[in-house]
Amino acid sequence: MATAEVSNTKTLKVKRFKPSDDPKNTYLNHEKGVWAWMTTVDHKKIGLMYLGSVALFFLIGGVLALLLRTELLTPAKTFIEADTYNQFFTLHGAIMVFFVLVPSIPAALGNFVLPMQLGAKDVAFPRLNLASLYIYWIGAIFTFIALANNGLDTGWTFYTPYSTTSTSSVIWVTMGVFILGFSSILTGTNFITTVHKLRAPGISWGKLPLNIWALYATSIIQVLATPVLAITVLLLTMERTLGIGIFDPALGGDPVLFQHFFWFYSHPAVYIMIVPGFGIISEVITTFSKKHIFGYWAIALSSLAIAFIGFLVWGHHMFTSGQSAVATTVFSFLTFLVGIPTGIKILNWVATLYKGSIEMKTPMIYVFIFLFLFSIGGFTGIMLGALSADIHLHDTYYVVAHFHYVMMGGTLIALLSGLHYWWPKMTGKMYNEFQAKIGAALIFIGFNMTFLPQFIMGSQGMPRRYYNYIDQFTVFHQTSTIGSYILGVGFLLIAYYLFVSLFKGEKAGANPWGSRGLEWQATSPPDFHNFDHTPVIINGPYDYHKPMEEFQLGLADSHNGHDPSHEAVSAGKAVETN
Amino acid sequence: MTGASTDALMAFIHIVSFIILAGVTIAMIYFAIKYKRKSQDDETPLITHNNTLEITWSVIPLLLVFVVFGWGYKGWLNLNTVPDNAYEIQVSAYKWGWTFKYETGAQIGNEVHVPAGRPVKLVMQSQDVLHSFFVPDYRIKHDVLPNRYTYVWFQAEETGESQVFCTEYCGTSHSDMLAKVVVHTEEGFQSWLAEQGTGGGGTPVENGENLITLQGCVTCHSVDGSDKIGPTFQGLYDRSETLEDGSTITADENYIRESILDPGAKIVQGYQNQMVSYEGRLSDDDISDIIEYIKTLE
Repeated sequence: MATAEVSNTKTLKVKRFKPSDDPKNTYLNHEKGVWAWMTTVDHKKIGLMYLGSVALFFLIGGVLALLLRTELLTPAKTFIEADTYNQFFTLHGAIMVFFVLVPSIPAALGNFVLPMQLGAKDVAFPRLNLASLYIYWIGAIFTFIALANNGLDTGWTFYTPYSTTSTSSVIWVTMGVFILGFSSILTGTNFITTVHKLRAPGISWGKLPLNIWALYATSIIQVLATPVLAITVLLLTMERTLGIGIFDPALGGDPVLFQHFFWFYSHPAVYIMIVPGFGIISEVITTFSKKHIFGYWAIALSSLAIAFIGFLVWGHHMFTSGQSAVATTVFSFLTFLVGIPTGIKILNWVATLYKGSIEMKTPMIYVFIFLFLFSIGGFTGIMLGALSADIHLHDTYYVVAHFHYVMMGGTLIALLSGLHYWWPKMTGKMYNEFQAKIGAALIFIGFNMTFLPQFIMGSQGMPRRYYNYIDQFTVFHQTSTIGSYILGVGFLLIAYYLFVSLFKGEKAGANPWGSRGLEWQATSPPDFHNFDHTPVIINGPYDYHKPMEEFQLGLADSHNGHDPSHEAVSAGKAVETN
Repeated sequence: MTGASTDALMAFIHIVSFIILAGVTIAMIYFAIKYKRKSQDDETPLITHNNTLEITWSVIPLLLVFVVFGWGYKGWLNLNTVPDNAYEIQVSAYKWGWTFKYETGAQIGNEVHVPAGRPVKLVMQSQDVLHSFFVPDYRIKHDVLPNRYTYVWFQAEETGESQVFCTEYCGTSHSDMLAKVVVHTEEGFQSWLAEQGTGGGGTPVENGENLITLQGCVTCHSVDGSDKIGPTFQGLYDRSETLEDGSTITADENYIRESILDPGAKIVQGYQNQMVSYEGRLSDDDISDIIEYIKTLE
């Protein structure tokens, strides 16, 4: 038995809890059956159900992307009609943004990991968490109804007056997005509360894992920005159904106003998608370097800076729209400012590698891929922020390539990194490392082959959302299409070996990567309540110079810390009352 | 040719980015090889942060982006400052094509003929949804809106043809909404224009002059500078006007259009809100013609 200083005022009795490598009771065998899953309030199961849903939507969005690329093999018609093509790119965009990227990291991996990294038994509002998932599904049903009923051909941006006059099912999708927004807001609220109230004894703000800082910044954006999207799509719906003139000039509205409203959400939404990725990168890069993160506060605070400045740059989507010249100038300037904290993060991660003990396991390979691809995404973002360059490049394939480098090269690669990193924790199984590396190589090659040519043709003037194109762009489109097939094969391989690992995978120990993160001090898969003790934290999450034993402490008292006289453990009490 | 400054800026950003990207990538790979894990018990030094480094790699990129911002801003100002001697062409965009209308009344679809060596200003509006006028060769682009005029200008130095794309998604045939810029010599352009005739009616200026009598505009707005119930049309275009609330505006195309359709929106100081709206009584083309006529009243 030992003692540990966890605050200025309190000394707690702690002892070491070494996690078992062969747990008998886990959250997966705690309750079984479909009904148990559908009514569970366990954040881990909800996270997995989100993961499954996101994977399903990614499959649909991905198949649509491959169909689009196939159509673009030749100019004019290859195998589908122009209207079908327009519907496909609209759905690809809407599904990937609203149903995949926004919920992917926070709601799937974040749900699983956040309470564990805080040493909590669950999120602050477990029932609300389950409600978020159901709301997400209801939003999805609305979108499927639209699919079955005339589709959607407005582009995922719903620009007016096209969307006001389109004969496709705009209202079903806008209502789907409206409903989906509540899921996002509720998850954000839940996470903010959890981070504030449910930290295990000893986890001060300075000892929060950077993944938590990233999810915290993301949650703030979700709660503040999503209502604006809700109002925007509601106004659009009112215009279509009731004929109230807000955006359509034929009714006395202003179409540029719609763009302002839309991007007021959708630009911060870009940070909702990428900031959680930053959190994963920080976790993985320290674990596989066995080293303290370089510039903890620089990385933590830059997430908050991005969350804040990210609200003030929406107008950079509108440089050619006819918004005021003063606005355009200010938005361009602020856009450059938001690039700086992002650049700082990249350099801090690279500096973390210096004098580390680097092991190139699959999650770490994805971190390297992320740093390369996301840097390209960032630099081309600077290009698009520069006014005169943007006038030329706006709405060309340069923009398409840029945001795929950010959203796919950034968010999705970070998601893959996190998925491979936490897979043993989630399932208790190891995947085939060799196949995983082949998968990563296919993704890297396929991705660059798909999107690098798009930068070139974009800078030569190839507009986006084009079904037909002029002959000079044929070779770029064909290279891009072949690249997308390689990418598709890569994803199939990942799906295959992850699936196989569930049945044939080697048993994962509690901490296969030797991480100092708190979630790795639970068993793999974790107990139904994450830990069978109340963890006590005395070191930072990246203190690799401290021995592993110091990261395995928990309250020694038999009452498990629920003594009201223990001020420092009120967090544990809050869990109990839920 | 328009666009040289844009190209130089793009080259600058690409080169600087490439250098930094190469640095980051090489550092990453070098570290991964040099500091490869030898055993699971490897010990790493405790390096938590370094303020000097943090400040250095924040300030240098900050300075670089200031340069990029200034450069882009300067080029963009140029793109927005139409030379006074620009030759004006009216552009109408619709699903899915372009109509170009000249001072003579000549109209032509999906081809805009311009003289070399002279700045050309396109005054654009849409008949339906949003479109966007993009000429990659000149590095210019601007959205075309249904409820207001927007502009682009460019100057072609050599004869030849350039591709025009619509770059704002507008439905089924968006990708076929193409046009060409055809650049003639000055003489070639004049003879081309003469061949086109007047498109059946009078020139826009003539139409405008007829309309302001026909619609009764001249009852309240003089064309010779004398004061009537409303402000005179003489010298109105591009004039700075002080409004009732003390703010000032420039009477450009959009202001005149708004004053015709919604007269009470911005009343010039010293005048009453007495005019009725011409919404539904004048077509978009009529309004453009009236504005063209007002422009001649210098």
